[in-house]
Amino acid sequence: MSTKTVVTAVINGNETTMACDNRMSLLDALREVAGLTGAKEGCLSGDCGACSVILNGKLVDSCLVLAAEVDGATIETVEGLAQGPTLHPLQKAFLQDAALQCGICTPGFLVAAKALLDRNPNPSDHEIRYWLAGNLCRCTGYDKILHAVKNAAAELRASTK
Amino acid sequence: MKPLEFSAPTTLNAAIKLYSANGGGAGLMAGGTDLLVQMRSGRAEIGHVIDLKRIPELNVLSYDKKRGLRLGAAVACDVLGAFKPAKAAYAALIEGAELIGSTQIQSRASVGGNVCNGSPAADTICSLIVLGAQCVVKGPQGKREIPARDFMVGPGKTALRKGELLVEFRIPPPPAHSASGYLRFIPRNEMDIAVVSAAANITLSANGKTCTAASVAIGAVAPTPLLVEAAGKALVGSTLDEAALEAAAAASRKAARPISDMRGTKEYRTHMAGVLTKRAIAMALQRARGA
Ligand SMILES: Cc1cc2nc3c(=O)[nH]c(=O)nc-3n(C[C@H](O)[C@H](O)[C@H](O)COP(=O)(O)OP(=O)(O)OC[C@H]3O[C@@H](n4cnc5c(N)ncnc54)[C@H](O)[C@@H]3O)c2cc1C
Ligand code: FES
Ligand code: FES
Repeated sequence: MSTKTVVTAVINGNETTMACDNRMSLLDALREVAGLTGAKEGCLSGDCGACSVILNGKLVDSCLVLAAEVDGATIETVEGLAQGPTLHPLQKAFLQDAALQCGICTPGFLVAAKALLDRNPNPSDHEIRYWLAGNLCRCTGYDKILHAVKNAAAELRASTK
Repeated sequence: MKPLEFSAPTTLNAAIKLYSANGGGAGLMAGGTDLLVQMRSGRAEIGHVIDLKRIPELNVLSYDKKRGLRLGAAVACDVLGAFKPAKAAYAALIEGAELIGSTQIQSRASVGGNVCNGSPAADTICSLIVLGAQCVVKGPQGKREIPARDFMVGPGKTALRKGELLVEFRIPPPPAHSASGYLRFIPRNEMDIAVVSAAANITLSANGKTCTAASVAIGAVAPTPLLVEAAGKALVGSTLDEAALEAAAAASRKAARPISDMRGTKEYRTHMAGVLTKRAIAMALQRARGA
C-alpha cells in the first residue's frame, strides 16, 4: 500500500516531478512541493477561485484536484504569465486599472481571465462577468477587474494583428 | 489524518475489481467536486480514492439519430455543453448541466457524479428523468440498466448495489415535434443550490396544436426528485392552454412534500413547484413550436 504518488507534470513549461502525499491537493503540491505560491488558498471548497490554475487547457480550482491525479498533465499557474521581467498584458492592466486592493484574489483572477482570453479574444462584459463568476473578490467590487480584462483583451488583440 | 490510497485504473474491469476489493472504504471520483469537499469536511471517510476519469467507457459521448445520446458517467459538464448535437435535442439536460457551479467547476463536474451524489436538488436529475434516460451500471455481477426515475432512492442514496458503478447514460432520440426545458429557483443569480427545480419534456401533434406526450419532474421538494405522472397526464390531449398548465402545476404542488429550511419554507417550496412546472412546460412548448 502506498500513500504517496510520484507525478510528473509540465508546470509553466518546466517538467516537474513531485512526490505527493495522496491526500494532498494540487494547490498544496504547487505551493509546498513545487514552491509556486502564486495560487492562493481561500475557501478550499471550490467557491472562491483564489486557487485557479489551468490544467490541460481547462480552468480549474486546484484545491479540488488531487495532486496524484496530474501525472502527465500540463499546468499553467500565475507564475507563468510574465515573460521574465515583462508583465503579461493582463498583469499590466490590473495594475493600471487598480483592479486589486489586498491582492489575495488577484492570481486567481489573472489565471481565470487568461483562460478566457485564450479562447475568446473579444469577450463582452456579460461573458467576462459570467466566466469570472467563480472568482470572488471582497475588495474591488469587480468593476475595475472587468475594465482591466477588457483593456488587456484590447491590447492583446492589437499586438497580434 | 488517516493515510489515503490513490488509483487511476484505465479499464472498467480493473476499476470494478479494485472497488470490490476495497469493500465499503473506497471513494469513486469523477470530477471530485462533491467527493473532495465531503472528504475535507469529514463527511466522507475514505481510505482509497479511485479516479474514474481514465476509463474509456466513462468518457463516451456520442449521438445517433436512431439510438440517441450516450453520455459517459465521467464526462465533464463543459465537454457536454460544447457537444453540439445534444444542444437542441436534449435542451433540458444541457441547461441543468450548465447551471452547475462556475467555469472552474464546469471543467471538472460530471453528470454521473451529480446523480451518484444523490442530492434531490441535483441540477441534472429532473432532466434525465423527463428525457427517459437509462443509467447503465456495472458491478461484479455484471451490467444492468436503471431508469433515471428510479436512480435516487433517498438523500445521498442511489439504487447502485454494492460494488456497482455508473458507466453511462443512454437517452433515446427525441420524437418529432418534441422539446424539453429545465429551470431552478435560487435566491441569487447563479452559484447556488436549487430551492426548487422543474423539468418538462413535451411532444406535439404534427400540426403543433395538441400535446401528445408529456413528462414533468420536480426537484428539491422531497427526499428524491419526483416524476409527477399526474402533471404529464394533465397535459396530454390538451392544447397546452392555461387550464392545462394550471392542472399540471396543481399536480406538482400535490406531489411535493418539501421540508422547511433556511432556503425556503414548506409552503413556499410547494407554491414554487407549481410555478416552475408551468414555466418549464412553457419553455419546452416554445422550443417545440420553434423547432
Ligand atoms: C462551488 C460548487 C458549486 C456547485 N454548484 C452546483 C450546482 O449549481 N448544482 C448542482 O447540482 N451541483 C453543484 N455542485 C455539486 C457538484 O459540483 C455536482 O454535483 C457535480 O456534478 C458532481 O460531479 P463530480 O464529477 O465532481 O462528482 P464527484 O465528486 O467525483 O462524485 C460525486 C459522488 O458520486 C460518486 N460517483 C462519481 N462517479 C461515480 C460513478 N461513475 N459511479 C458511482 N459513483 C460515482 C462519488 O463517489 C461521490 O460520492 C457544486 C459544487 C461546488 C464545489
Ligand atoms: S481555495 Fe480553491 S476555490 Fe477557494
Ligand atoms: S483585492 Fe482583496 S479580495 Fe480581491
